[in-house]
Amino acid sequence: MSTKRSLYLPRRQVIRGILATAAFGATSKLWTGCSSTPEGASGPGGDASPTAEGGKPIVIGFIYNAPKDDYGWNQAQATGAAAIASIAGIKIVEQESVPETKEVQEVMRNMIEQDSATVIIPTSFGYFDPHVLQVAKDYPEVQFFHSGTLWKEGLPKNVGSYFALVDEGQYLAGRIAAQASKSGKIGFVGAKPINPVLRNINSFMLGVRSVKPNVKMQVIFTGDWSLPVKEAEATNSLVDQGADVIAVHVDSPKVVIETAEKRGVLSSGFHSDQSALAPKGYLTGTMYNWGTIHKKYVELLKSGKTLMNGGIPHQVIGGIAEDYISLATFGPAVTDAIKKDVEATKAKIVDGSTVVYTGPIKDNGGAVKIPGGKKYPVTAQELTQIDWLAEGVSGKTS
Amino acid sequence: MAAEALGWWGVPLGIMAGTLRGSAPFLFVSLGECLTEKSGKINLGLEGTLLTGAMSAYAVSYQLKDVVGPGLSPWIGVLVAGIAGMALGFIHAWLSQQPKVNDIAVGIAMIIFGSGIAFFFGKPFIKPQAPQLLTFDLGNWSSLPQVQSALKISPLFLLGLIIAPAMAWFFKSTRWGLFIRAVGDSPDAALAMGVSIKKVRMLCIIAGSFLAGIGGACLSLYYPGLWSETISSGQGLMAVALVIFARWNPIQCLWASLFFGGAQAIGPALQSVGIDQGRYLFNAAPYVLTLLIMIITCSPKKTLSGAPGALGTIN
Repeated sequence: MSTKRSLYLPRRQVIRGILATAAFGATSKLWTGCSSTPEGASGPGGDASPTAEGGKPIVIGFIYNAPKDDYGWNQAQATGAAAIASIAGIKIVEQESVPETKEVQEVMRNMIEQDSATVIIPTSFGYFDPHVLQVAKDYPEVQFFHSGTLWKEGLPKNVGSYFALVDEGQYLAGRIAAQASKSGKIGFVGAKPINPVLRNINSFMLGVRSVKPNVKMQVIFTGDWSLPVKEAEATNSLVDQGADVIAVHVDSPKVVIETAEKRGVLSSGFHSDQSALAPKGYLTGTMYNWGTIHKKYVELLKSGKTLMNGGIPHQVIGGIAEDYISLATFGPAVTDAIKKDVEATKAKIVDGSTVVYTGPIKDNGGAVKIPGGKKYPVTAQELTQIDWLAEGVSGKTS
Repeated sequence: MAAEALGWWGVPLGIMAGTLRGSAPFLFVSLGECLTEKSGKINLGLEGTLLTGAMSAYAVSYQLKDVVGPGLSPWIGVLVAGIAGMALGFIHAWLSQQPKVNDIAVGIAMIIFGSGIAFFFGKPFIKPQAPQLLTFDLGNWSSLPQVQSALKISPLFLLGLIIAPAMAWFFKSTRWGLFIRAVGDSPDAALAMGVSIKKVRMLCIIAGSFLAGIGGACLSLYYPGLWSETISSGQGLMAVALVIFARWNPIQCLWASLFFGGAQAIGPALQSVGIDQGRYLFNAAPYVLTLLIMIITCSPKKTLSGAPGALGTIN
């Protein structure tokens, strides 16, 4: 406890230290200066199309905002990345748990400069504006494929969006839930009352009501994308209220699916295949097949097409017909009769004779939101404006 | 299968069940912090300890399930969580007792360090399912599945229920308890008694961190029962604040933990019966109530009653 002997630094040592730091700083700066020029940004003269010239692989950088094996959104994306990792001439680099802040810009720059990535796939919604746009301006020869629907005309030429619409999958999952439910009450654990979640809920409910029009659904919004305790609490409350199927839209459905299994009720997942988590109660769930999109991108990239030369569309979007989404492994509660119904309905959706959003559709306050006779395909702009819950869902959006 | 809906009865039942399920982490962390603060040091790093405990318990339970069987491995996980907590506690105790070191600053560093360690080593354990701790089914008398499920009580929670009065007794009636109080209230007097301040504080911080580590095990091995990076969502920090709320009294720590554990269930329970208006307010209810209680019980004329005298002073 003697306070007199504080840290004593001789003057010479301080000077030596400063000199050493300065020398290190100077050399390391020179060092990066040397290597980044030939590797990273190729000069304005060189054609920077990322074709596999001379056996040099196309490096694709994937960025996730959470761990990539969370049974959720990120796992779905990482599965897509893994699908193209083994293709000859492709090398993927990945980074997990990158927040939607300036840090993602650093990660993108590092991937471009150090791993000489020529294609970046940032998978989280919030990466896009301003981070992807910012970096895209600095590296006009690198292509950015953002996972979302945010691409608009007028953005940098080297930015594109890809997305899969889950409405049709959730519609099918809803039909399955309706047929498997005995109590006629379904619970839904959602993160926030925003458009993608509301669309998910509504599509599910439209599916449910296309089989049993009297089924009720109770929604609980937890308030954020990942709140494990609240999610478990919400699931328990819904089961207490008699719900015997629990559907979910949060970042990682693991808690909800496991809690539902513990309570002995059925569950319908989302994002990726959670059947291993609930061998008894898992019904199915919409899962993303990002691999389909990524493989298509790779094919185009290898043939020398780019976003900049117009060979790759700036907006790639689709649903069940394009195989961008599919249903996860069916659980034991899905009987053969239900499976047959799913096959039949899926065929009708693919050939266009069944459209999920076919009017008249009322919201849960009774107001007609989509008038009779109107049909909106899943890609319709009108659907991105949905801010209501469909008839039969109890819950509020605000 | 759920038999039928409970309707309005679901709300008190849900909150009660949420209390029984969700308060154990609060309880362990706040008891650990209570012990630490009684000795005159603050350990804000218990949030990091909680995460490290949760991760190590889950990891050990998963890794050992084939070696010792799924019945025993979670218990080893609990023990390892405590030991991991002790290791972090030792770092904090050592650092925060260096001359002119501020324990709050060290605590903040330990939050970052503890969560960083947990995230780094926890990566491979996000996906697998680890065996969970057994629960005592005290609800078998009831025919309602909702009640049966609400009364599945974790032995760790019961352990916490025992530790709280035991700690109160320990402070009040034992020689060692007196030493801790003396060190926390008046280090000079303790020194004159011939008690080593450093040793007492070191042991208190390590023991407190042991408890916080076990609190983490409650999260990952009982409820919600998985390892994810957002599993604590600030519960460790809240528990540290609870100690002030509970006026450094272990018994009141118990009530405060039950209150906060139950408060987590208010929002979902009300939404499940269709009350959606103001759900953000319900979710914020525990904080609002805490503020109110703090304001009502505070007085400008005296310092907080029960605060250890040496708390927040620098050696």
